[in-house]
Amino acid sequence: MQDSVIKKNIWGGGIRPMVASYGKLMMWFFLMTDALTFSAFLGAYGFQRFVHADAWPVADEVFNHFPFLHGEYPMLFVALMTFILIMSSVTMVLAVHHGNRMNKKGVILWLGLTIIGGLIFLGSQAWEWSHFIHGTYDGALLGADGSIAHFVSGTTDQIMRHGELITGQNALEFIASAKEITGANLIHNEYGHPLFADFFFFITGFHGFHVFSGVVILIIIFINVLRDTYEKRGHYEMIEKVGLYWHFVDLVWVFVFTFFYLV
Amino acid sequence: MSENNSTRHIWIVFWILLFYTTVEVLLGIFKPSFMISNYLLGVSLLNLTFIILTIIKAYYIVSIFMHLGHETKSLQVSIVAPMWILIPYLLFILLSEASHHGAIG
Repeated sequence: MQDSVIKKNIWGGGIRPMVASYGKLMMWFFLMTDALTFSAFLGAYGFQRFVHADAWPVADEVFNHFPFLHGEYPMLFVALMTFILIMSSVTMVLAVHHGNRMNKKGVILWLGLTIIGGLIFLGSQAWEWSHFIHGTYDGALLGADGSIAHFVSGTTDQIMRHGELITGQNALEFIASAKEITGANLIHNEYGHPLFADFFFFITGFHGFHVFSGVVILIIIFINVLRDTYEKRGHYEMIEKVGLYWHFVDLVWVFVFTFFYLV
Repeated sequence: MSENNSTRHIWIVFWILLFYTTVEVLLGIFKPSFMISNYLLGVSLLNLTFIILTIIKAYYIVSIFMHLGHETKSLQVSIVAPMWILIPYLLFILLSEASHHGAIG
């Protein structure tokens, strides 16, 4: 019946282009635009990194702490965050899987676990940010020319500046004109070039806001599942659409992880 | 039967993603010196490996988790083709401009 109506008037509505529903198609198109936004951010990061290569910090010397552990553990905490996000992507797929089979109990279980995974990720990111903002115990010297130097440990007249050892009169002059800074914010960054901190806050912040809004949307559809909204509607397609968004957030993190922490 | 098969498939993809992430993390910690000192196409072997592994992971996430692999061919192409054209183009513009600052290449 519907097919015959469609054949009569192709522009009359009711058609599903490329056999995908309107909502799903629009979600895909939104995600494409979002993917371009994130590639622009990471591209801009690469641009500035090439321009300021000599003053750019090495990420695994900056993010080398792990909660409740002393000492240096480069990469470990971000690896854990990546694991948490991939895990929450798997639980999301399973929620979609049970939704397609109209299995409300399964959706509740896996959607609930996805929300918990998202919250743990947000908590980890807050910890990482706080650590970066507070910085190290020793801090760094910010020279009058904007360069960053560190005391060679155990000395007060030898400094390392962008991988170069400076001693004697040059060092004393630098120290006299320099300002002590600790941690990182949008103006100073004790680990190196301030743009590194700016990009870190901006890119991981923008991604973190995606995770945050994802968690909010997940909670909304979780309540809808509990209230039988999709049971009454006859399908759980909403879970699938939100799932697309959630996987995209995971996908972006995979790239942020590579280009911020690994490369 | 098919119920078990498709959930098993999802978990297999999870293990694949976990495996590639572990490889990346281990390479990131140990940084084998031959991979840093050798270059291919202007990129160190280490960074090239990271980028290739990342694209493989992206393929699994998009194709299996986001179900794009099960959509119609026309939808797949209309999502993936703009990405393959626009993102390299964007990066080409940005990075070649960066090189005019005299910092790369």
